[in-house]
Amino acid sequence: MKLKVKNISKKFNSLIAVNNISFEIEKNKVMGLLGPNGCGKTTTIGMMLGLITPTTGQIFINGIVLAPKNRIELLSLMNFASPYIELPKKLTVKQNLEVYARLYGVKEIKQRTSEMIEDLNLQKFLNKKTGELSSGQKNRVALAKSLINKPKLLFLDEPTASLDPDIGDFVREYIEKYKKKNELTILLASHNMKEVERLCDEIIMMKHGQIVDRGTCDQLIKKHGRENLEDTFLKIARSKNELE
Amino acid sequence: MNWNKIFALSLRHLYLIKGSFPRILDLIYWPTIQIFLWGFISKFFTLNSSFYENTVGIILSAAILYDFLFRSSISYNMMFLEEIWSRNFTNLFIAPIRLSEIITALTFTAILRTLIGLVPAALLAIPFFGVSIFNIGIPLIFLLITLYIFGVTLGLLVTAGLVRFGPSFENIAWASLFFLAPLGCIYYPIEILPVWLQIIAKLLPLVHIFEEMRNILIYDIINYFQVFKAILISFLYFIIGVIIFYLSYSGAKNRGTLINMGE
Repeated sequence: MKLKVKNISKKFNSLIAVNNISFEIEKNKVMGLLGPNGCGKTTTIGMMLGLITPTTGQIFINGIVLAPKNRIELLSLMNFASPYIELPKKLTVKQNLEVYARLYGVKEIKQRTSEMIEDLNLQKFLNKKTGELSSGQKNRVALAKSLINKPKLLFLDEPTASLDPDIGDFVREYIEKYKKKNELTILLASHNMKEVERLCDEIIMMKHGQIVDRGTCDQLIKKHGRENLEDTFLKIARSKNELE
Repeated sequence: MNWNKIFALSLRHLYLIKGSFPRILDLIYWPTIQIFLWGFISKFFTLNSSFYENTVGIILSAAILYDFLFRSSISYNMMFLEEIWSRNFTNLFIAPIRLSEIITALTFTAILRTLIGLVPAALLAIPFFGVSIFNIGIPLIFLLITLYIFGVTLGLLVTAGLVRFGPSFENIAWASLFFLAPLGCIYYPIEILPVWLQIIAKLLPLVHIFEEMRNILIYDIINYFQVFKAILISFLYFIIGVIIFYLSYSGAKNRGTLINMGE
């Protein structure tokens, strides 16, 4: 599924959170959305999920403009995972997966939830309340929910934030494996540069609501004369005028 | 309207109720306390007031009906607040579910929460105070429907406020019904109110409902015109509530408050 963002801006009173950005993600590619805190990443993702109305511009999903009239149709093809939003804490993992499978209109609910449970090793805490899980377990459940409808377009907001290296690696590996088997376009917002290098085909760097640079990891590292993506990020984030 | 999605959202709340005994106890506890409190007051009045002479249970019946309104509204609000408290708000609003389906799911599930609380309390009133709300007869169904529509409407208006202003609007959720109670003429006839307040009170369905309840229990007559007027007024408010909810949702999307909403 192809995502095209055309000249979108978002203004909150006098604050310009996102300023006239455009980009495209080709089908089956992973795009990294990087930038310092407050640069407009969450607002951009919010607009693509239909949670925030852009002040100007349009978002196209497979050539169809995201608008209230086709919101339901397009949302059923997408999903989102973020450690900053949670699933109902008082429901068990199994109940949450069932509820979300139904909300997304999944046809074979039992089969799909079983697949997710097995793939993400959720068996041991399946009947535990979601609020009682550890960060790593919650993260895997959130990932299961985000893939329950076999989305064609997935938004991931810092999917491995606050995870230990082992679980973080498990999640990254799972995303890689899943992508190989399924048609999936991903927009990944992350502050973990190693994760971005490993998963992303292309990167967009945002600052003050604008896109200040884009390219593959290698292209950006080379362009800014740095040794790795972390240093490149720091150079772009700390630069005053040259890129703005 | 996709009934599977409506069922899914209802299921989320049914699991919540089913999974917690203290939650069920909480649903039953407050209506029962309310019924006992008003039961004793009612008993006192029937023994000492000429107005209520030989009409045992008018106040208690009014208390039960008012509690039905209160529980319907609070149930509706609580289910919506649950989404905010559990930080599930964003997940819900990015799921392919229409606002009309969310409203329908909450409306249907709220009746269950309301009945879990109120049926035991209403049944307890029979052996303890000799008062049965069911004595109202067939008109009771119409009175309950009217109260339910109006209760859900109040819930809808509060949830519209929660969407518009965020969790800080929560306090209004608890205060909303107490604000209308004096104008509802629940325990006293409308003539008690000053004339100018009577005009405002008549714009609410509550006055018509509780007047008819008293007519049935005191004079054994019913004016169906008043009952249907109350249903019509409630339904009108419900439509206004739905419009305000949609406007709030649209406003929240403009202000970006739907993302990351939670405690």
